[in-house]
Amino acid sequence: MDALMLARLQFAVTCLFHFIFVPLTLGLSVMVAVMETLYVRRGEEKYLRMTKFWGKLFLINFALGVVTGITMEFQFGMNWAEYSKYVGDIFGAPLAIEATVAFFLESTFIGLWVFSWEKVSKKMHATFIWLVAFGTNMSALWILLANAWMQKPVGYVLRNGRAEMSDFGALVFNPYGWLKFLHTNLSGYVIAAFFVMGISAYHLLKKNETEFFRASFRIAAVFGFISSLGVAMVGDLNGQEVARYQPAKFAAMESHWETRKGAPMALLQVPLESEERNAVELIKIPKMLSILATHDPHAEIKGLKDIPKEDRPPVTITFFSFRIMVGLGTLFILLSGIALYLSLRNRLEGKTLFLRILLYSIPLPYIAAQLGWIVAEVGRQPWIVYGLMRTKDAISRNVSAGQVLVSLLLFTFFYGILGVVDIYLMYKFGKKGPEPLSLKAEV
Amino acid sequence: MEYQVTWFVLWGVLWAVYFMLDGFDLGVGMLMNFIARSDGEKRLVINTIGPFWDGNEVWLITAGGATFAAFPTTYAYMFSYLYPALLIILFALIFRGVAFEFRGKGEGDKWKRSWDIAIFAGSSLPALLFGVAFGNIFRGLPIDASGYHGTLFSLLNPFGLLSGVFFVMMFLQHGALWLSIKTDGEVRARAEKASSGLLYPVIFTAVIFLTATAFPSKFYDNFAKAPLLVAVPMLAVLGFAAAKFMTARGKWKGAFFASCASIIAVMATGMISLYPNLIPSSIDPAHSLTIFNSSSSPYTLKIMTIVALLFVPVVIAYQFWVYRVLKGRLTVEGVVRDKHSY
Repeated sequence: MDALMLARLQFAVTCLFHFIFVPLTLGLSVMVAVMETLYVRRGEEKYLRMTKFWGKLFLINFALGVVTGITMEFQFGMNWAEYSKYVGDIFGAPLAIEATVAFFLESTFIGLWVFSWEKVSKKMHATFIWLVAFGTNMSALWILLANAWMQKPVGYVLRNGRAEMSDFGALVFNPYGWLKFLHTNLSGYVIAAFFVMGISAYHLLKKNETEFFRASFRIAAVFGFISSLGVAMVGDLNGQEVARYQPAKFAAMESHWETRKGAPMALLQVPLESEERNAVELIKIPKMLSILATHDPHAEIKGLKDIPKEDRPPVTITFFSFRIMVGLGTLFILLSGIALYLSLRNRLEGKTLFLRILLYSIPLPYIAAQLGWIVAEVGRQPWIVYGLMRTKDAISRNVSAGQVLVSLLLFTFFYGILGVVDIYLMYKFGKKGPEPLSLKAEV
Repeated sequence: MEYQVTWFVLWGVLWAVYFMLDGFDLGVGMLMNFIARSDGEKRLVINTIGPFWDGNEVWLITAGGATFAAFPTTYAYMFSYLYPALLIILFALIFRGVAFEFRGKGEGDKWKRSWDIAIFAGSSLPALLFGVAFGNIFRGLPIDASGYHGTLFSLLNPFGLLSGVFFVMMFLQHGALWLSIKTDGEVRARAEKASSGLLYPVIFTAVIFLTATAFPSKFYDNFAKAPLLVAVPMLAVLGFAAAKFMTARGKWKGAFFASCASIIAVMATGMISLYPNLIPSSIDPAHSLTIFNSSSSPYTLKIMTIVALLFVPVVIAYQFWVYRVLKGRLTVEGVVRDKHSY
């Protein structure tokens, strides 16, 4: 493998690993904040115990999200020096702003939240976790505005041999970025909701602390159902943006080869990339692809064959990632809908099979989120900035393949260890359940 | 051109504040295994930096982000040239951060001991390597028309190593002073002893470092042009001396602030020597990266200046406030009794 492929692989590994922890942080911070607010408002101790139990799981997860984030920022310069040089004038700004306005907020107040239970008023303490939740979600906004710029570059001019910022407003109000922000953050809320529902389901099955977990479940079910619907709705708008601005990515997502008007969509489809066609196309819905792309049944959809080969992304991986993601997203609406219904009717406890399904569904939204990033990033290839700079022109010239190989292996090894440790701790504390309410441990 | 100078100053401030803040928690991380004997004492030591290390480290992220936004060409070359060193720093910081959170949550002695090692290595390696990296940047990197000609081992030249050792000493002492004002009991006694004991070696390395810089580089050229600036390196040494003076009188807080001032002055000295370079070339001055040939456009710098002027003071204000809310000494008993501590 050459340095380019290795550098791409390293980015994928470190990025996807980072994004195991970030989405739970996005959603769980808000849910813990809601729990603590309920405690402040209603004064019931149940909500305090909830805040602490879910808060502990939040912290285990948060630590890894923070430290793996440093890698992302360093890596642009380390592995993608030519990219950093060419687009840094506009791309560096949202990253620096993220650190200044968002990352400081969450990192400073998370420490304060953990260590100030007995130092400030209840209201003030709840404010801290809201600041963490706000900082975390703002942090995602700025990162996604940066990523959106790579998908749909706006507000720049080519000058002095590079892309220079010409319109900061265009960068900040890039509709692509805001849709991405909503889609990504809502997917994080889905992950958090299924995480809380799954662990609650485990304890409800064991008949452990039923009142506690029934209440946790209900908060998560409300959260999960709204977010699952939201993520799909925004995803639809997102898809239209892709169809408009990244026709090659859209065609790859659907494995759509021939340009045509009123394009149909096959529910069962298997691409055969080498022969530029699909090996299987079954259960076709007429005009569906045109409707999805533009909400107009007669719209013309560009096929991959009309896109030069050197401008096409890998089709198979993009296609399957997208299909599975959409399938999972639909499943989440169904599962969280049933969960909400049963929870509101207080009929949850008897449904052992459904509870077991929810327990084993914890990984599914994670998988969906990872696949979403694969669609976004692999689907953008061969461009690093769509239509502006190719990935192969972006890597550091003075970094050798051997160097990248070593760092890739080290990242894989160390991240592997940390991943195992994290899952072990989550499992341990998730299984253990909430602690009795007393601020002091027995000495 | 004004914006570039503004950003050079801001760049220097971000790095200096980073070393001033993370400096003490890196120091505490290095000292933990030596100053704390029992598990309770180790937890005490960790909890003195528990609420702060994360917020401190964001200064590094911001320094990195600001380099990217304001001087993208420097960011690109600085990070790709120093690839192996940065990789080690990254892994060190990753394990260190996770160690604080995870150490108390597993079972058994072996678990804790492994994370203790991670805390030591994760604190000492960044301290050493940041010193090595900045020493080499002050001295210049071998860059010419065909690119960079150095390796990880060429960074470990005598001057780079001296600079690394200097950073380690500085942070050790900074951390010991922090522990002297944040702990009580035996740990406090040991920390106080360490801080006064470390000060002579720190002053000694500071003087050697500031003298040695005169030889391999044009370090003092800017000082020759504006002799009044010599006050800055003198302030660095004076700060350490003041810290020594105050520790002898039991004024630990004052000594800590003197140490803060010294770290800022050391970084300021380095930055003054660099100006207008960001990364000077040691072999061909025509290929030095300067604030003029590696900066962003005036428009971007203007936007970033507005952002920095609006938000950096806010960050400083709330971080300062957090230190106030969590002020006071911790004890082993208190930390063990508190369920929320690390």
